[in-house]
Amino acid sequence: MNYHWNWGIFFEQIKGGDETYLDWLITGFGWTVSVSLSAWVIALLLGFLVGTIRTAPSPWLVRLGTAYVELFRNVPLLVQMFLWFFVVPELLPRDLALWVKQDMPAKEFITATVCLGLFTSARIAEQVRAGIGSLPRGQSMAGLAMGFTLAQTYRYVILPMAFRIVIPPLTSEFMNIFKNSSVAFAIGVLELTFQARQMQEDSEQGIETYLAVTVLYFACAFIANRVMAFIEKRTQVPGYITSAK
Amino acid sequence: MAMIEIKSISKWFGQFQALKECTTQVDKGEVVVVCGPSGSGKSTLIKCVNALEPIQQGEIIVDGIRVNDPKTDLPKLRSLVGMVFQHFELFPHMTVLDNVSLGQVKVLGRKPDEAAENSKKLLHRVGLSHHAHKHPGQLSGGQQQRVAIARALAMNPICMLFDEPTSALDPEMINEVLDVMVELAQEGMTMMVVTHEMGFAKKVAHRVIFMDAGAIVEDDKKEEFFGSPRSERAQQFLSKILHH
Ligand SMILES: Nc1ncnc2c1ncn2[C@@H]1O[C@H](COP(=O)(O)OP(=O)(O)O)[C@@H](O)[C@H]1O
Ligand SMILES: [Mg+2]
Repeated sequence: MNYHWNWGIFFEQIKGGDETYLDWLITGFGWTVSVSLSAWVIALLLGFLVGTIRTAPSPWLVRLGTAYVELFRNVPLLVQMFLWFFVVPELLPRDLALWVKQDMPAKEFITATVCLGLFTSARIAEQVRAGIGSLPRGQSMAGLAMGFTLAQTYRYVILPMAFRIVIPPLTSEFMNIFKNSSVAFAIGVLELTFQARQMQEDSEQGIETYLAVTVLYFACAFIANRVMAFIEKRTQVPGYITSAK
Repeated sequence: MAMIEIKSISKWFGQFQALKECTTQVDKGEVVVVCGPSGSGKSTLIKCVNALEPIQQGEIIVDGIRVNDPKTDLPKLRSLVGMVFQHFELFPHMTVLDNVSLGQVKVLGRKPDEAAENSKKLLHRVGLSHHAHKHPGQLSGGQQQRVAIARALAMNPICMLFDEPTSALDPEMINEVLDVMVELAQEGMTMMVVTHEMGFAKKVAHRVIFMDAGAIVEDDKKEEFFGSPRSERAQQFLSKILHH
């Protein structure tokens, strides 16, 4: 292999500009983290909402929740990205569509965040539903018997335990969301993968580029994992595992 | 004076009829024991009293409140009726103290420190003062069930429902729970207790109801029930549980 290694490439200036390649990667990393964290907030809120709805006593709410989950789970993420970017604006009323296409600020970022957030929320909803389902039926009865409304029963009795139960699958989702955010490059978000491709083409130092990118994605997933492990430890219920039936 | 009136109620789970025209009444201060073979509808019957299970026919009235009236404020009604479950159903993520305080704060609107004071008194009463800071998973079954009783009492209930409160317990823990219940009964609490502890029934019950296949087969004064239960099923059942 007669590849010409050049680890100094990151500090060289890009062709025809005064930024370095490192600046590009840092910008990309920033967008990756922004898209991922914003999408994570959406995913958690909607995931818990839809997952909860799917355990509600009303069959209509359950059906609505199931339809939501199936919709977002059964279409590839990349296709969803394109659908949100190219197709959804066409379905909007004319004036709004025009605004979205021409004037909407941070259009790529918002589209990617919403898309990734909804996609992940469907997966979280499924986990939350299963988590709630694994709690003894007597728990909600005990809440109701005490005089709680259904909403209070979920708030104080069901969801705090369901949350603890879904932490392990949530950890994977949190790690996944950083990795999946790379799909946002397809609609032109200047995130890490986008910047890496650009740097590779521009500098012709593909190996250094992708090794650096690998390390950055790895770091994100690793930190996500540690954050969740910390939360898991903090919310651990004394005696619960041993007393679980 | 009637605290709980159950008037000819029937209940179905799909095609299956779990309760068949059950009628009975629990007076204020009265202790009624409900027994019968597994699957006879005992749990279903008492869950109908605080509308945890809906009924399709008949009527239940608790302290003058029509339970099955769609206009009835069910959370309000349920807060008046204490309930103790076979599997305790404490909230595992909260300390014992918070388990007892939560309903007082969120349902009755008491101030948190006032609720905590009251909870401590109740925990003292069931002999668990020293366990207030623990989580339910760190307690034995008998201790958990005593917390559950304290939690129900914290709402100042006008009557209490018990669904086999000792049948998930190891034998050596049964009495610590029964003792608390006996004390409650002697203080005049209105109680409807599903149990097979005939010692408890003989000691404090005023009446005994025997159920079979969704119907109330016997509903007698305690003395009559243990003297000479009329139905053959009840006699068989009694001889089985009294001799093992
Ligand atoms: N949620 C339910 N769905 C369907 N059938 C039920 C349900 N709950 C109880 N049953 C049935 O109703 C009957 C009475 O149950 P239950 O009241 O729990 O009996 P017991 O407490 O006397 O053992 C049983 O045959 C049981 O299978
Ligand atoms: Mg039962």
